[in-house]
Amino acid sequence: MNAPVVVPAVAPAVSALLDRYAGLKDRLPGARIAWVEAWRQRGAEAFRAGGFPTKRVEAWKYTDLSALRETRFEEALVATDAHPVLPEQAGGEEARIVLLDGRFRADLSRLDGLADGVRIESLADLLSSDDDALREVLGAIAPADLPLPGLNAALAEDGAVIRIAPGVDAGRIRIVSLGIAPSNHAVAFHPRNLVVLGAGASLTLLDGAHGAGKGTYWQNLVAEIALGEGARLTHVRLQDEARDAFHTALVAVRVEAKAEYDSFTLVRGARLARNEVHAVLTGPKAALHLNGAQLVDGERHADTTTVIDHAAPDCESNQTVKTVLTGRARGVFQGKIHVHRVAQKTDGYQMNQALLLSPEAEINAKPQLEIYADDVKCSHGATVGELDHDQLFYLRSRGIPEVEAKSILVQAFLTDAVSLVSDEALRETLLAATDAWWDEVEHPA
Amino acid sequence: MPAVAETLETVRDVTQGTYKWGFETEIEQEVIPKGLDEDVVRLISAKKQEPEWLLEWRLKAFRAWQSMTEPTWAAVKYPPIDYQDAHYYAAPKAKADGPKSLEEVDPELLRTYEKLGIPLKEQERLAGVAVDAVFDSVSVATTFKDKLAEVGVIFCSFSEAVREHPELVKRWLGTVVPYGDNFFAALNSAVFSDGSFVYIPKGVRCPMELSTYFRINAKNTGQFERTLIVAEEGSYVSYLEGCTAPMRDENQLHAAVVELIALDEATIKYSTVQNWYPGDAEGKGGIYNFVTKRGACRGRKSKISWTQVETGSAITWKYPSCILQGEGSVGEFYSVAITNNFQQADTGTKMIHLGPNTRSTIVSKGISAGHGQNTYRGLVRIMPRAKNARNFTQCDSLLIGDQCGAHTVPYIESRNPTAKVEHEATTSRIAEDQLFYCRSRGLTEEEAVGLIVNGFAREVLKELPMEFAVEAQKLLAISLEGSVG
Repeated sequence: MNAPVVVPAVAPAVSALLDRYAGLKDRLPGARIAWVEAWRQRGAEAFRAGGFPTKRVEAWKYTDLSALRETRFEEALVATDAHPVLPEQAGGEEARIVLLDGRFRADLSRLDGLADGVRIESLADLLSSDDDALREVLGAIAPADLPLPGLNAALAEDGAVIRIAPGVDAGRIRIVSLGIAPSNHAVAFHPRNLVVLGAGASLTLLDGAHGAGKGTYWQNLVAEIALGEGARLTHVRLQDEARDAFHTALVAVRVEAKAEYDSFTLVRGARLARNEVHAVLTGPKAALHLNGAQLVDGERHADTTTVIDHAAPDCESNQTVKTVLTGRARGVFQGKIHVHRVAQKTDGYQMNQALLLSPEAEINAKPQLEIYADDVKCSHGATVGELDHDQLFYLRSRGIPEVEAKSILVQAFLTDAVSLVSDEALRETLLAATDAWWDEVEHPA
Repeated sequence: MPAVAETLETVRDVTQGTYKWGFETEIEQEVIPKGLDEDVVRLISAKKQEPEWLLEWRLKAFRAWQSMTEPTWAAVKYPPIDYQDAHYYAAPKAKADGPKSLEEVDPELLRTYEKLGIPLKEQERLAGVAVDAVFDSVSVATTFKDKLAEVGVIFCSFSEAVREHPELVKRWLGTVVPYGDNFFAALNSAVFSDGSFVYIPKGVRCPMELSTYFRINAKNTGQFERTLIVAEEGSYVSYLEGCTAPMRDENQLHAAVVELIALDEATIKYSTVQNWYPGDAEGKGGIYNFVTKRGACRGRKSKISWTQVETGSAITWKYPSCILQGEGSVGEFYSVAITNNFQQADTGTKMIHLGPNTRSTIVSKGISAGHGQNTYRGLVRIMPRAKNARNFTQCDSLLIGDQCGAHTVPYIESRNPTAKVEHEATTSRIAEDQLFYCRSRGLTEEEAVGLIVNGFAREVLKELPMEFAVEAQKLLAISLEGSVG
């Protein structure tokens, strides 16, 4: 009665990328270092097994990668002396890391005068010098079986490595990742960033992905973040890729006892964006905040998928994600909270809200609780709808034109999410980005 | 407050409560050999003297089933089922042309139903519930038929409906759950042997609750019943089903299909108290309950309301759903699911909003104890035409003990901006202060838990018809037997 088992042939798009790995692997940074080679090989295997996941794979139920699969990508060959115009967000006085098409560009970065105990290096350099300390982080935090992060492991050429010594307050550091697509062919790059905070260290990281040019590129990013006991990382991410870009990101975080990971992700760019976060709380009293907003217009597709693993008692996690959709945009939120048997006294909260502003927009949400401990307090909420008619009426009755009234309400909705960012200057940056987005989109009458 | 008195009675029952429906009835059975192929499907159809079109339908279903694979997405674990190692038809041995009245029904059978507390006999008319009883695969008796016939309500076994009202069956069968809908529904469509059929004519409010009682008795059999309820324009019916099975070491399969059709302004209220044998405290034995239940609100302002109390079965895989097609139609799902010992439940609902101004409400209460795993899995889908659709979902989970699990997997899909969807879920355990309060008033811990759990599930229990609400409350307490202390 069982259907014959069909062994799927590896799809051409997948084998093309695997061929690239086979051809490059002797020249990639860290080649011939056994553990690096093994790590790349595991990644290639995960990609071979999973390929570009289809919608039949539960984790990709709502995101269709066929446009990505059908695009033929070439190597990003940027002349090392190119001096692109940096986005205005790259300003400020703090230390700055510039990645150009996924490559660490020391010449464009601002790394002089770093405090003691703050190290910022290029992953390619560290891999070439066989820095053994990397072993505890690289490939150790991101799940090994995910296909696209697997491809990243196989092909990663560079990335930023930030290491803060125990007890050091590193202030602010800015990452400016710039994607530049040539207009005649599509390029792909697979940067891998590592952030390691020693016990009691703290850092505020502004992490921006910006795009330039009219062409198509694919940024397939993986970031691995390790927070030692009592460390504190504020991670504000602004994803503002080029309109025709593909952006797939996995941020894997390990939070040890009493440490805190406080993040906010604003998604406003790329034609197809998948922002995946896997966070594991490994020690008591660790805290996690995974907030964000997705601004999706036109034909764009934005997907936020998070997995929070409570693997220790007395931890807290909370999450608020808001999505605004216009045009024919599609938004996805998938959030899973997994509470292990040992994780008694867990406090978990999750809220996702979506605002649909056009008849053709679509939102798919899947909040999920998986709980194996009994002494826990976990809840989630989800709402989907349009702007409140009463609120609109109230504003209009006070003489505010409809378009403006809508703007006020949409901004209020988003400000509510952005207000979760404690740093005032960062809040301003994010609000400026949401305002700019709202000014750009076509307003349906 | 009467409920408190009931609850206290419940708690008294708990002291002797184990699975008291676990007896087996010695009765002459007609069983066909184990195994499943086209010949078995033909044999079942022949035994029921079915018309050609129904046999063809079964065969199409069987062929579809052969090309399908068993679903694995549910959060339940069980060893592979050998579908060839079961009897697909078992019936109490009947006289040549079946019982004409209750007098002709095997007295041993009637005693079984008496033990189960089913008012089959007409003298129990005071109970005011018309009952169709299904024993293993065959409907054995239907009460109050004449009285129902007076107002034009048809309530009979599925086989009888095929014989007496073929046009109705042919028109509606498979229109809500097509034969190839899913693995278990296809299996059921191929081998179903009986079930209940209800037809409420236009404008009729069914004068009494209709009830079906399902009993799996024979060894090594699966039960595959099929229920079809059609409510014509402006009609109303409330339908109850209950289920029990003997205690056995091996697992038995129950794969039912229920189809509901509500036309303009019709209302169907469907209540289930599912108490199939859950297996013993070590997780041995018990029923695999893989059920497809779906209702179609075809007409404008029609309404389908599902209420379920799921306390039994080793594994429950069940998602009573509503397709809200008619303008202004309403779907409801109220559920209490308990898993204790090694029970696993993956249950929930789907609300598919197609028409404008459709509304749905989902209230799900999951209780996990022992090593039980309880998953709510639900879908709310708003299609582009469903202007001003509304959904409200509330899922609460209660954990008792640190070896169990409670999971919530809601899917929310909206393609219409005017629709409003709200979802809330909480997970917690019984609060210490609630327990302490009850204990300080002299309740034992077990009694206190029974009381608190009944309070937790109250929102759902109040949706049940009275007769069932009392039984359900008792069941909740009994199911949690041994989970505290």
